[in-house]
Amino acid sequence: MSEPRLPFADPRDGAPAGPRDGVRPGMLDPIEAAAPRWRRPRLRLGRWSAPLGILGAAVAVLWILIALFAPVIAPHDPLAQDLPILQPPGEGTLMGTDALGRDVFSRVLWGAQVTIPLALLLVVLSVLIGAIVGSVAGFFGRAVDEVAMRVTDLVMAFPTVILAMVIAAALGASLVNAVLAALIVSWPSYARLTRGLVLGLRSSNYVVSGQLLGFSAFRSLGRDIAPNIVGPVLVLASLDIGTAILLLSGLSFLGLGAKPPTAEWGSMVSDAIKNFDAWWIGVFPGLAILTVVIAFNFVGDALRDALDPKSATIKGGGTTL
Amino acid sequence: MTSSTTAVRPPRTRGGRTAHPFLRYALRRVLTSLLLVVGVTLVTFVLTNLVPGDPVAAALGQRAAEDPAIVAQFRATYGLDQPLVVQYFTYLGNLLHGDLGVSTTTHNPVVDDLAKALPATLEIALGAIVLSVIIGVVLGTIAAYRRGKASDHVLRVVSLAGLSVPTFWLALVLYYVFYFQLHIAPGSGRLSSDFSTPPHVTGLTTVDALLAGQLDTFLDAASHLFLPVLVLTLYTVGLLTRFVRTAVLEILDQDYVRAARAKGLPTRTVIWSYVLRGASIPILTVVGLAFGSLLSGTVLVEAIFAWPGIGSYAYQAASHLDLPGIMGVGLLIGVMYLLVNLIVDLLYGVLDPRVRLAS
Repeated sequence: MSEPRLPFADPRDGAPAGPRDGVRPGMLDPIEAAAPRWRRPRLRLGRWSAPLGILGAAVAVLWILIALFAPVIAPHDPLAQDLPILQPPGEGTLMGTDALGRDVFSRVLWGAQVTIPLALLLVVLSVLIGAIVGSVAGFFGRAVDEVAMRVTDLVMAFPTVILAMVIAAALGASLVNAVLAALIVSWPSYARLTRGLVLGLRSSNYVVSGQLLGFSAFRSLGRDIAPNIVGPVLVLASLDIGTAILLLSGLSFLGLGAKPPTAEWGSMVSDAIKNFDAWWIGVFPGLAILTVVIAFNFVGDALRDALDPKSATIKGGGTTL
Repeated sequence: MTSSTTAVRPPRTRGGRTAHPFLRYALRRVLTSLLLVVGVTLVTFVLTNLVPGDPVAAALGQRAAEDPAIVAQFRATYGLDQPLVVQYFTYLGNLLHGDLGVSTTTHNPVVDDLAKALPATLEIALGAIVLSVIIGVVLGTIAAYRRGKASDHVLRVVSLAGLSVPTFWLALVLYYVFYFQLHIAPGSGRLSSDFSTPPHVTGLTTVDALLAGQLDTFLDAASHLFLPVLVLTLYTVGLLTRFVRTAVLEILDQDYVRAARAKGLPTRTVIWSYVLRGASIPILTVVGLAFGSLLSGTVLVEAIFAWPGIGSYAYQAASHLDLPGIMGVGLLIGVMYLLVNLIVDLLYGVLDPRVRLAS
């Protein structure tokens, strides 16, 4: 304890410090007294959720690998129309061919490259926007809070898919616009969640005492509050990856996302409507969506069990679980 | 929560008359909902005006659009030269007159199209919400009661899987299996071709058939309802089961439930009169949310069953980028969703006196 302690040292460092500058002997150091001891979140995995979470993680990783290596694994060009049309699975191709003579298996593999990165990007962006808006609203309150919350009210006044559909249609059908539409409808649940958590922590002793010591709002939010809200936000985000995939493929299914030649799962299912007897055209891309979504949902569920933030589901607002 | 102090306070009076606390509560909720309806129209208005591409050029064609005089006249005729605020109020006025524009795919007024499609959607939506509430509450309660046991885990996996299924794909698979392969389910549409639509009373084919006393028509209509309702139910049941489980778990921990059990009341009484009564508010909330996901579901599902409702209309409008049609659907579903949530809010006040007194 020879080196002088910086006044801005993280209160959670937990090292029993000597009296801080400005804290008279005999007076309780406000930070030391109020800061909760930093503990690693206790992992309480249920008997079943852990194996399911691991299974989910394995499948999710498998799909991410498929997305990365689709060009190498796929036996055919996903866009080439050089195979006999409407060929059932097994007769030369693993999953048959579609109405234009394209290999369904190759298209399913390439589809991973479209949907998974976009869904991840969508969730990351929603978390960023939502967390920033939510913490600013929760921390500063007043007009900022009022405006931010009325905007989230407005977005949440619509069922998610419907608003995304309307926005995507107004912006014009393209994948980028579909992601933009999905982003507009999905950040508010993070803003709500973050705001609620920040509001709860703002008046906690260790934040207040930090402010008494003259910490800037930025520092309070970033160093004192943020670490304590990461858990619930992370859980909501992990459960949201599945929702994002469903939303994006749903928009493409409606014709508001990927443009026709692109190998995208939702629009591939949509192709199947015109060829009901060729079941393989729609079943395999749908199975791809199902397995990816279920995998991410199992991971999210296990994560929720582990971190157990009850608030993630109840205060999180309407769009996800 | 200051509910205990507010409960003893006499109702505030205004203008000498005692305002009934529930009425005050209801009035506030109705006003909030009206504000949100205005917000919803604002969203559709902004989106309609956001369209990339010049509406003038689209409406007039390239050659006429190059003549400034014609363009100016066109803009004046349709009020496009007015400030956006004025345009918004014109838009609102049109909405109040039931003018949602003309669909570019069907060339009918959007409001007529929607009015024709609405009963079909209501029929499957009502069927699905009733079914999923019953199943979801039962399964959720079972899961909560058997927390940590095998059945709880099975229900949890099943409901999570139900939430992970792309509804549009499930519809396709069920339609293929039950219609194309097994020939159990009837084909698409609301009635088989050898039945004629019963006289229009409610617009719900099943109800109309019953009212007309045509039992065979009713059975046929009900069999057509089966698959679409099943698909929508499977999705919402997952949502409801998970939420009901959480809500019931929270109530099970309460002292009054423990007291009821200690008193030796039969489990059925404890569940119905104590647990579910206590959990009714969170359950209601989820039903409101589930209704939203159900309305979204119809948009993705109806097209597959060629079910002539709002969903098929939206699918058609979306794939043709028919903006008035899509905005009409968005507006209608947005308002319906607000209405359902308003009803949910009002029911809170009925079910829980603290809600209407505290707010």
